[in-house]
Amino acid sequence: MFKTFRIMLDRIKKAQEMMEAACKTLGRRINIMEVCGTHTVSIFRNGIKSALPEKLKLLSGPGCPVCVTDQSYIDTVLQLADRDDCVIATYGDMIRVPGKGGSLETKPRANVKVVLSSEDALQLAKDNPNKNVVFVAVGFETTAPATAVVVKEAGEQGIDNFYILSGHKLVVPAMRALLSAKNNNIDAFLCPGHVSVIIGYGAFAEIVDDFGRPCVVAGFEPMQIIEGLAEICRQLSAGKAELKSMYAAVVTEQGNTAAQKIIAECFEPAHGYWRGLGKIEKSTLKLRDKYSRFDALKRFNLAEIPGEERKGCRCGEVLCGLIEPPQCSLFERTCTPEEPVGACMVSSEGACAAWFKYWRRKRREQ
Amino acid sequence: MVQVLAKEKTRAMTAKHDRILLAHGGGGQLSDDLIRRHILPKLKNDTLAELADSAKLNLPSGRICFTTDSYVVKPLFFNGGDIGKLAVCGTVNDLAVAGSKPLALSLSLIIEDGLEFELLEKILTSIAQAASQNKVNIVTGDTKTVEAGAADKIFINTAGIGVRLPGVELGCDRITPGDKIIINGTIGDHGMTIILQREGIKFESQLRSDCAGLADLTCKLLEKTGGIKFMRDPTRGGLAATLNEASRTSGLSIEIREADIPVNPTVQAAADMLGFDVLEIANEGKFVAIVSPESADECLNICRNHPLGADAALIGQVVQTRDIPTVELITRIGGKRIVQMPYGRELPRIC
Amino acid sequence: MAIPARIIELDKDIAVVDAMGNRFKAKTTLLPEAKIGNLVLIHAGFAISLVDEEEAKTTWELLAEIAKFERIPNNVSG
Repeated sequence: MFKTFRIMLDRIKKAQEMMEAACKTLGRRINIMEVCGTHTVSIFRNGIKSALPEKLKLLSGPGCPVCVTDQSYIDTVLQLADRDDCVIATYGDMIRVPGKGGSLETKPRANVKVVLSSEDALQLAKDNPNKNVVFVAVGFETTAPATAVVVKEAGEQGIDNFYILSGHKLVVPAMRALLSAKNNNIDAFLCPGHVSVIIGYGAFAEIVDDFGRPCVVAGFEPMQIIEGLAEICRQLSAGKAELKSMYAAVVTEQGNTAAQKIIAECFEPAHGYWRGLGKIEKSTLKLRDKYSRFDALKRFNLAEIPGEERKGCRCGEVLCGLIEPPQCSLFERTCTPEEPVGACMVSSEGACAAWFKYWRRKRREQ
Repeated sequence: MVQVLAKEKTRAMTAKHDRILLAHGGGGQLSDDLIRRHILPKLKNDTLAELADSAKLNLPSGRICFTTDSYVVKPLFFNGGDIGKLAVCGTVNDLAVAGSKPLALSLSLIIEDGLEFELLEKILTSIAQAASQNKVNIVTGDTKTVEAGAADKIFINTAGIGVRLPGVELGCDRITPGDKIIINGTIGDHGMTIILQREGIKFESQLRSDCAGLADLTCKLLEKTGGIKFMRDPTRGGLAATLNEASRTSGLSIEIREADIPVNPTVQAAADMLGFDVLEIANEGKFVAIVSPESADECLNICRNHPLGADAALIGQVVQTRDIPTVELITRIGGKRIVQMPYGRELPRIC
Repeated sequence: MAIPARIIELDKDIAVVDAMGNRFKAKTTLLPEAKIGNLVLIHAGFAISLVDEEEAKTTWELLAEIAKFERIPNNVSG
């Protein structure tokens, strides 16, 4: 064994002891919800579930931005992708999400471009002056600033063929909505690391104050996640609910103020529809009037078509942590990564996809 | 037809071609020109020089390996290799992991009308170098040209014959619980190099494909130790696919330890950024060997004393199956998770 | 997924960053205080935070990764 690993394993052991102690003290199942798609993947990929005490349950929450994007948004994007005067610029994880008439992947290749950065989308508009470039702006507060920057740049540079379809969502309102639901069983939150980089860990104080739930921000390395869970257990054992960040390398209490400023300049909070959670007030970002000319909905005169969930799809319940993927009858039978029915299976950060890829053991009868 | 050929002949004599024309595959003057002036001189060997319809080889009776692969990699040239090198090494490796010493290769080129001669020359030089380094001869071949758009620049097929080493019997049926799993170096290098170069992702990277012929190393291993039961090269689908195949065919389960799998930090960082799993990424200079526990140490030593095995590692073992043959990963923190057979969504045209 | 990278070139808000040997362009518009030599967190083409290297050393596997790559290889008994 080598020194680095020895130290790490000792710390993990200590964390596991703390978790066992909490389970014993409380004498019941502990439910901790993680609200970040990257946490979901890291937890599965690192086999963290197998390292936790049996009574400690990790609930996967609405932390995957692609998964919580409601069907109407997806259908709108697909509508635009059918138009030959449009080029859809999107982050990669959206292209396989199924909707009316297929997915972005099945649309004419010339009409859809995968980009790694919002800047690439803006460049696409500059390079193709005779096309309307529509940027599929999906993501939480980590990604929203990148969209705001290019909207501002488009304004300053007078780019008139660049639009965004804003699907940006805010994490804290979703957490509040979850806790306001009567059937919730959430004891504490493992808070998203990179959203916190932007909004600051202080943003979760209202969850602690108003709902009395421990909120601990953790990074994405397995050790950070385990120690984050242990800290939550320490608080629960002591009957406390505190706000704590264990990701001091990049997270501060106030967050990235330059990013917050640019979000506020371009966007304002508006009500929005979340898959699984329904309508949540002030939970999405809408372009301010000053920048409304970049709003694809306005430009193309699109109404938000109510989306239809596919029959039998229980993504909504998975996203609220109410069921685990195998409890959905479609899971691994008719809904697989190859042929996904719902967003939770198609998104690389979805709970169903993660469960399928890293956790599911095939049964003999299959 | 005669008129066309006459015209081409004149063109050949009076103008220097800088691109492949359809006529270069026509079997006439230009084809002859292509073979004698461009291909033969590079791949110099007596058998090929005969330009017979078939190569005549003298082989020991009974124990032969025979394989074929086609190469459609995009881009044609990448850091650490090109389609030509790949076409030789890939087939050499298939012979090597079957427990044979590669002897001879065939080379079949399908070239798109309009391909620059300069590119073809580079590829041929590469093929010649790779063949020489791996001590194989290209003894027979074929060249065809197709209209623009019917192929993407160039497609290559190589078939190979190897002589099975005496006393060597490799196969999944030989694997037993307790056997150890060894890999000769880092994973994911080839696939990540291709992805970065292809996608126009403006990365400049130190990444290099690990494209290399393994026969020298595998033959040494097989000659010096008797404990090797099974070998495979983890190309498309990566280590995950290879281990799942071995598990499924043998009916046994496999346990590997994440901390012991060699990965270049540059490859890991690139994979993290683009959302790939290194376990599923193609390798072109690696083999997985399943060996008896007693011979594991010696196998590792032989590998580590060879340029293509410096980072060789023991990554896991074969275990009895509880329910269904499974490949399980013990993660860095001691947790467990499944390694699935990749779903076929890996990148196209990686080799 | 956001990853750490070091700024090796910087011109106004356009940077070239290096992530374990992968070099690419990123923007520092959201991190005006960034300087050449800083380790930063990159997400979707933007630097979103400085990385406190001392803090990072205590938890980031990245450095354990380096330790592993440079280590003396183990034998069967490992």
